[in-house]
Amino acid sequence: MSSTRLLEVSGVSVSFDGFRAINNLSFTMPSHGLRAIIGPNGAGKTTFMDIVTGKTKPDDGRITWGEKNISLRGMSEARIAREGIGRKFQKPTVFEDQTVHQNLLMAQRNKRGPLAVLFYRAGGKDLDRVNELAATIGLTDELARKSGELSHGQKQWLEIGMLLAQEPRLLLVDEPAAGMTLAERERTTALLVEAAKTRAVVVVEHDMDFVRRLNCRVTVLHEGSVLAEGSLDHVTSNQQVIDVYLGR
Amino acid sequence: MQRSFVARNPSVLIFLACLGLFVLGVTVLSEAVGNGFLSTSFVKTLGKTLCLALIAVAMDLVWGYTGILSLGHFAFFGLGGYMIGMWLMYERTRDIVATSLAEAPIPATVTEIQEAIATQIFGVVGSNEFPLVWSFADSLVIQLILVVAVPGLLALVFGWLAFRARVTGVYLSILTQAMTLALALYLFQNDSGLRGNNGLSGLQNLPGLDDVPQALVSLWFFWASAAALGLGYLLAAWVVSGKFGSVIRGIRDNEARVRFLGYQVEVYKLVIFAGTAMISGIAGALYYPQAGIINPAEIAPIASIYLAVWVAIGGRGRLYGAVIGAIFVTLFSSLFTGGQVPDVNLGFYTVKWVDWWLIVLGLSFVLVTLYAPKGIGGLFDLIAHRTHPDRHGAPLGPDMGALQEKEAQE
Ligand SMILES: Nc1ncnc2c1ncn2[C@@H]1O[C@H](COP(=O)(O)OP(=O)(O)OP(=O)(O)O)[C@@H](O)[C@H]1O
Ligand SMILES: [Mg+2]
Repeated sequence: MSSTRLLEVSGVSVSFDGFRAINNLSFTMPSHGLRAIIGPNGAGKTTFMDIVTGKTKPDDGRITWGEKNISLRGMSEARIAREGIGRKFQKPTVFEDQTVHQNLLMAQRNKRGPLAVLFYRAGGKDLDRVNELAATIGLTDELARKSGELSHGQKQWLEIGMLLAQEPRLLLVDEPAAGMTLAERERTTALLVEAAKTRAVVVVEHDMDFVRRLNCRVTVLHEGSVLAEGSLDHVTSNQQVIDVYLGR
Repeated sequence: MQRSFVARNPSVLIFLACLGLFVLGVTVLSEAVGNGFLSTSFVKTLGKTLCLALIAVAMDLVWGYTGILSLGHFAFFGLGGYMIGMWLMYERTRDIVATSLAEAPIPATVTEIQEAIATQIFGVVGSNEFPLVWSFADSLVIQLILVVAVPGLLALVFGWLAFRARVTGVYLSILTQAMTLALALYLFQNDSGLRGNNGLSGLQNLPGLDDVPQALVSLWFFWASAAALGLGYLLAAWVVSGKFGSVIRGIRDNEARVRFLGYQVEVYKLVIFAGTAMISGIAGALYYPQAGIINPAEIAPIASIYLAVWVAIGGRGRLYGAVIGAIFVTLFSSLFTGGQVPDVNLGFYTVKWVDWWLIVLGLSFVLVTLYAPKGIGGLFDLIAHRTHPDRHGAPLGPDMGALQEKEAQE
């Protein structure tokens, strides 16, 4: 499924009080397919997502996006999200005080301006889409429940559902399987693989079995830069990777 | 999910019905058109309380729903009062001056009349000229526009600076307090153009309507306040009922997440902050003609803190909670500080409520915050749960316990 380049990060660095969390990192992502990022704690995986989504401003480097090669540097988080980058956080963050339905409706790709939102009334098409998504993430029966009442795994799915509702071109997913049972993990894998058929999906994960099931190209991050890249078997046989990550 | 607005929010209808009944009751008992059971000054107190309930609704929008603990909304309230007060004072003084000059042998020129009015109004601060801010004081229409425009603009500028710099939480609250304090200190100056600490007075007299008794004027203002509260409540309920409400509650609970959904959080905060400032301005413009006088002490930072206390005690995040909080606390406050509650003699010490009321209020605020974060409004949830035990997690809309709300109002 090779296709055009969607995201290109090149030579990006960022320091926190002198500590280089990301060091001359380069990374490209095609417009379709899955990619896993692995690496030890503190390798900079989350910080990488922070940079792409505009939460953290890089000190150096270029981040270009889409066919027109526009630069994401200097754009606000909201603007980047509207460009088509969706993000799932390491810790599930859904709006607990609101129903599953409201969460999905809020995420849905629609006009984001205050006036448009003020006069927005969900039409049949939008409601159908919400039901469809709820079915995909297995939360049809929970639509009217407050999302705070959901189980941990269900919250993770809801967040993935909200991502899908945004209809992004690139999904950044931080540790989606953390704290899930085996059955839940399998469902999550299926969700991500399905999503990657029509868009780019980058998954950060520690769990090797999970990564193996994703069956995709893997990037190993260490001390803020890419240590190895390739198939899972390829990177796991790399001596450096074994030393810093697997052999601990 | 596609039922009409009222069907989805029965509490709004119930609230409006209660308000309507209340207005009817007060009208029937008033001196002006009723049996005179309620004194004119009490009707004014009730009208003022409705204005306070309106600003409490605004506060609930900005704090309870959007999570911005503004400790400055009384500044907007005061500004609204000043804007209408300028017209009231100017027009009335002009009437008085015109009458007195009419008796003079030579008719006065326009400049002479202007000077006489200015001397009359600004004599107390040692001036006989109109300051620039009074340029439009002779136009009711312009001053009415300013009632919303001045608070709205101040909120817009302040909010733009603060929100863009991503000041949040306690720092933002402190900033709003600083704004309020700065405004109050400025108004205290004699050359502020608004009569320094004398403030504006005689606002209860409507220009050109000297023949109308205060009993009737007070009723007019009471009606206007009730209408403003009703409309404000309706507007607020509509705003929070749909997707906009979802977004602002999202901002309250996790603004970073809302940003990553693609919403411009700063713009939303600005809309709410400036919008509620304008509502506060309207509430103030209705309040001060009933109070009769406005001075910079009204804008003191403590007033805005009280506002937060009302909303917290009433229960934030539900509009009727704010209304109940405002009514409940102001009512008790006037009971205790007005000496209606007998002092408690402990033998070695006499508890004088006039002195102790603030401590009681402060303590209840702390207790509510710690042990009953839902406030008085939370009681309705309890009762609603008891009558509908198997609600299976349906949204706890503000439609519960409306019966009690009625009780609270009557
Ligand atoms: N805002 C920040 N200020 C200071 N240091 C930071 C900040 N964000 C991240 N760091 C540091 O940067 C390094 C990389 O952190 P990051 O969260 O990206 O790691 P990670 O690869 O996601 O790790 P994990 O697997 O534990 O989630 C860590 O040492 C972290 O302490
Ligand atoms: Mg991380």
